[in-house]
Amino acid sequence: MIEAILQYEFLQNAFFSGLIIGVIAPLLGVFIVVRRMSLIADALSHVTLAGIAGSLYLSQTFTMFSLLNPIYLGIVASVSGSILIERLRTLYKHYEELAIPIIMSGGIGLSAIFISLASGFNTDIMSYLFGSVSAVSRQDLWVVVAIAFVVFLFLFTFFKEMFVLSFDEEFAKASGLPAKSIHLLFMVVVALVIAASMRIVGILLVSSLITLPVAASMRVAKGFKQTILFSILFGEAAVLIGLVSAFYLNLAPGGTIVVTSIVILLIVILGKKLALKIKAERV
Amino acid sequence: MSKTIIEMKNVSFQYEYTQVLNNISFKVNEGDFLAILGPNGSGKSTLLKILLGLLKPLAGEIKLFGQPNDTFRHREWIGYVSQKSNAFNSGFPATVEEVVKSGLAKKVGLFKRMPNDAAKQVQDALKAVGMESFRGKNIGELSGGQQQRVFIARALIAKPKVLVLDEPTVGIDHENVQSFYDMLVSLNKEQNITIILVTHDVDTVSNRISHVACLNQTIHFHGYKQEFDEISQEQLDKWQGHAVRKIH
Ligand SMILES: Nc1ncnc2c1ncn2[C@@H]1O[C@H](COP(=O)(O)OP(=O)(O)O)[C@@H](O)[C@H]1O
Ligand SMILES: [Mg+2]
Repeated sequence: MIEAILQYEFLQNAFFSGLIIGVIAPLLGVFIVVRRMSLIADALSHVTLAGIAGSLYLSQTFTMFSLLNPIYLGIVASVSGSILIERLRTLYKHYEELAIPIIMSGGIGLSAIFISLASGFNTDIMSYLFGSVSAVSRQDLWVVVAIAFVVFLFLFTFFKEMFVLSFDEEFAKASGLPAKSIHLLFMVVVALVIAASMRIVGILLVSSLITLPVAASMRVAKGFKQTILFSILFGEAAVLIGLVSAFYLNLAPGGTIVVTSIVILLIVILGKKLALKIKAERV
Repeated sequence: MSKTIIEMKNVSFQYEYTQVLNNISFKVNEGDFLAILGPNGSGKSTLLKILLGLLKPLAGEIKLFGQPNDTFRHREWIGYVSQKSNAFNSGFPATVEEVVKSGLAKKVGLFKRMPNDAAKQVQDALKAVGMESFRGKNIGELSGGQQQRVFIARALIAKPKVLVLDEPTVGIDHENVQSFYDMLVSLNKEQNITIILVTHDVDTVSNRISHVACLNQTIHFHGYKQEFDEISQEQLDKWQGHAVRKIH
């Protein structure tokens, strides 16, 4: 495998992208999960698909767009979607969660239209839906690197504010923190991470890489920083094991990564149960 | 004469259809210990939220430390402990230490790191509420009353000049309510922290506070504790909206 990575550029792209996404998706995922926004991440990934499908349609129909990397329109769609969700959430104050099905169905509807408008890119679409080891380009990798940089910059700058906002939004506002602006920035960063992750795990499975490692981590971690640390460890393990098995078994990496995450989650849940039982018996 | 730090003038507020506050005016001076009393739904929490800038009043004027509410930039001077029911997600993965430390965020300021002595400050704040031994525990493992003390520590760590508490003893068992109020008295007397307290424990607080405000959409009484003791039965009934037994 290592030899193959040294030899083939596409494998390098997939591996480095995977390693980076294995850090940033669960890292941001901790904030998404504790703020009960997992479904928003899911909705955004479907909006990203609309951007991707639109871009594939454009590149097929107009020669001037034929070289356009679909990730860019995917990013545009995802970020616009995140801002739209925020607008809808303020509009429906008492039914905030309504924003999610509205945006989600909008995204899927548009995707369906673009996909049927331009028939004939089924394998391409498959790789965007469930991820791919072979389809990640060097340009995709650079986009992932740039997005990772934005994520680290954001959290390095606003970590303490994000903690307050996630733990207790009312307290954040009462203590005079610019809660609204930081929240909006956070939504944009989430949208970027979703667009970045989709190349490896696929649109349909992005939200699981964001949430499953965090779900496992919360079973065993003590405190917030440790939750982040374990989430990244679990996420990274899932990406590595998933990518290697996808490569050898010729499977879609989205599938193998998510199944690995679920196995990790189960091991953690059962392991913790067992540990508690042993402890109880000793006493 | 101590200086006025909070002033409301003719403040009114309504949620979409319901009028909640009507023409509220009052002042709080430095060092006061004010109890805001009133039946459920009388607008107590709403009044505090307006004071804290969480809600915008429909009409009226609010001044904090002499500055209009909209342009007031030192919200870290006002520590807030919200009503338990609508507070945080109790499954949140954070230790007591992390929660208390987060109370420093505004004071430290945007783009700045937490100070090096933050751990020491956490220790002191926890000590003030008698919770030092819980600093490594996850917040979700604590009882309601213990969590409430941690939230007070989170407010105290920023060294506020005013502490605003909304029904803080809900969820604290009966024996501990007394010592809880004693703690507030010592903060008020020893550290000169002004206290604004919304509560139903009229009997328990009555010999600890300096001022009383009786709220039910409007302010039915506001003044020294001694004057409140002289309040007429008629006034009391009008405020509560029904006949009540006078208690002391
Ligand atoms: N977010 C809200 N939307 C609409 N009405 C509200 C809201 N919050 C409170 N109210 C109403 O405003 C009134 C005052 O509420 P509140 O300030 O919480 O009273 P208190 O704290 O004295 O019990 C109540 O009638 C309540 O039903
Ligand atoms: Mg209330």
